[in-house]
Amino acid sequence: MASSLVSPSPTSSFISNKKDLGFSAFPSTSQVAIRKCKKQVSKQIVSVMAPQQSERKPATTGSVKTGMTMTEKILARASEKPQLSPGDNVWVHVDILMTHDVCGPGSIGIFKKEFGENAKVWDREKIVIIPDHYIFTSDERANRNVDILRDFCKEENIKYFYDIKDLSNFKANPDYKGVCHVALAQEGHCRPGEVLLGTDSHTCTAGAFGQFATGIGNTDAGFVLGTGKLLLKVPPTLRFVMDGEMPHYLLAKDLILQIIGEISVAGATYKSMEFVGTTVESLNMEERMTLCNMVVEAGGKNGVVPADSTTFKYLEDKTSVPYEPVYSDAQASFLSEYRFDISKLEPLVAKPHSPDNRALARECKDVKIDRVYIGSCTGGKTEDFLAAAKVFLASGKKVKVPTFLVPATQKVWLDIYTLPVPGAGGKTCSQIFEEAGCDTPASPSCGACLGGPKDTYARMNEPKVCVSTTNRNFPGRMGHKEGQIYLASPYTAAASALTGYVTDPREFLL
Amino acid sequence: MAASLSQALYLATFTSSASKPSASPISPPSIKVPTFSPLTVQPLSSAFTPNVAHVITLTPHATSTPSSIPSDTSTTTFHGLCYVVGDNIDTDQIIPAEYLTLVPSNPAEYEKLGSYALIGLPSSYATRFIEPNETKTKYSILIGGANFGCGSSREHAPVALGAAGVKAVVAESYARIFFRNSVATGEVYPVESEVRICEECKTGDVVTIELGESRLINHTTGKEYKLKPIGDAGPVIEAGGIFAYARKTGMIPSQ
Repeated sequence: MASSLVSPSPTSSFISNKKDLGFSAFPSTSQVAIRKCKKQVSKQIVSVMAPQQSERKPATTGSVKTGMTMTEKILARASEKPQLSPGDNVWVHVDILMTHDVCGPGSIGIFKKEFGENAKVWDREKIVIIPDHYIFTSDERANRNVDILRDFCKEENIKYFYDIKDLSNFKANPDYKGVCHVALAQEGHCRPGEVLLGTDSHTCTAGAFGQFATGIGNTDAGFVLGTGKLLLKVPPTLRFVMDGEMPHYLLAKDLILQIIGEISVAGATYKSMEFVGTTVESLNMEERMTLCNMVVEAGGKNGVVPADSTTFKYLEDKTSVPYEPVYSDAQASFLSEYRFDISKLEPLVAKPHSPDNRALARECKDVKIDRVYIGSCTGGKTEDFLAAAKVFLASGKKVKVPTFLVPATQKVWLDIYTLPVPGAGGKTCSQIFEEAGCDTPASPSCGACLGGPKDTYARMNEPKVCVSTTNRNFPGRMGHKEGQIYLASPYTAAASALTGYVTDPREFLL
Repeated sequence: MAASLSQALYLATFTSSASKPSASPISPPSIKVPTFSPLTVQPLSSAFTPNVAHVITLTPHATSTPSSIPSDTSTTTFHGLCYVVGDNIDTDQIIPAEYLTLVPSNPAEYEKLGSYALIGLPSSYATRFIEPNETKTKYSILIGGANFGCGSSREHAPVALGAAGVKAVVAESYARIFFRNSVATGEVYPVESEVRICEECKTGDVVTIELGESRLINHTTGKEYKLKPIGDAGPVIEAGGIFAYARKTGMIPSQ
């Protein structure tokens, strides 16, 4: 089954042209752009279409095997089946279950109700409980929810619980980490070939490690807590091939915004998104995490990046659990393949109020903004802050709007204060941020990415225009329903802070 | 399933999985299902009273008593006022993040969640889903466009809708986690339409959904629409969610 899109993108990247299914959602400008694209196609890398394969069913003896994609292979191994096809419903063994303070209590409630008040979890070492969403707040229920997690972890002797008790000083809590998806990676819980489920839609972030990682609800999580298994449907895979050297003004955030803008917020619903190519290979782990993080914004079930030396090196000092990476077979079937000429891409934003409302940053330069937010699992990692610092350093000027910095985890916070920024003569991110007039980096957590309790730091309590390195910009996402959120890369966010308008980072990164 | 229905609005049925397969994420094996004597439907009078009883489930996930399911081979039917929303209604609009401190498995907080259902809709929606002084909605059927329930994996979303009194959502398409959560919790039926019903219905229209016939009737406009069969997801939701269903069918896996 092949689905396709013709790329009307004005940014002159293009997408392989497959059989057009009469996609009715084309903007009217597409016609002109299509002609333009066709002209360019003949001069440049011609897209390679995934060969149209007629479906080969395995023989009943099971000796004939067809090629499988990475996602299919991971699920096949986890369900102890030699062969899987998209659409198969299979019971999968779960390697890691993650939950946090928002969904943990509900999942625990369901677990106890269904398996019994004194039931024991399936494996105390495979559950990772990470308070991160509503932490630094006076909201009593939010604080109570962390207590509920603590009580459960004590009862069940959960090995990995990143607790916090002293809310006035995050540093006084040695176990506390911060944003779950970044903590999972930093603590070595993400491993190639494994199945990781979490009660959070951005669990797909971990796909950067070449594993199957997806978000589930409380009820499914309650089920996993008791059984260590879940019924999952095997998704077909969309393949995204990105080749070429990454321009110095682009970040992974721009790549994923490009893709989501291309296929829309439902373009990958029930599907797996596989990211390959020399550009992807050149990305470090945190950039790969950014790429996979927003898979859910396209409706995707999971994202995967094949594990390689970058992955293995990252994991060296973080985990001693043995793992076995898997890779898509050469003859695997993909639903569609999209190719991007990275050299043609430009810094992007997603305008209010949808992650697929893509626009060139430079075309939004007349949009006056009120604030900038740099944080979250999407854009609050060490690499994201290093990137923002680069832009501030290049400019040497001060920001024109309040600029909120929320490191994802304690480790990121520490990096901001200790890592020297390349080319800065020994200065750290924190020093550069201070000189630029940014707010002091805040306590690590999810912060205002999703609004949260009213007293959350940097929450948008009035209708403002914000450029943010976060992942969603639906109405009310950061608090106020009339707030306007422009999603962007850390480069673009920093550049915008310096001018007070949505700004292409090339204004500063020469 | 607890059979105390304060307003019998429809027949509860326990269909066998011989129903047509749909794009549901769960495909349980075929099972033999007992049939029960039917409940009669009491047609609503023209003076429609707000739907207060949340019939199938389970305040809040109260354990169902399997033996008392009243059902027969005819359809599950929902009848009531519909509320119409557009495309890409994300979970932040269904239940804004600030209310996620409420834990759905806690009975009192379950009810409170319901009172905040769809409070995140922008002010362009002139008619509120729930009146300011009320905790339940008078719209038992929610009609949406494409990609309903996109965004977060928060199960609070289908729970809030169910707790508010929604029986079924009829949308052009769903985001996968929302669909999955709706089935797993049994809170609402996530029904798919064949056409964009959201463009042909108005908030306040009186509609009937005949699940077995896969049909929606808009009594206000007099039009009928085909729905995609709920398929294998139906019995799971009717049972009260995946755990209730698994217990009922003897499916709960042993460790």
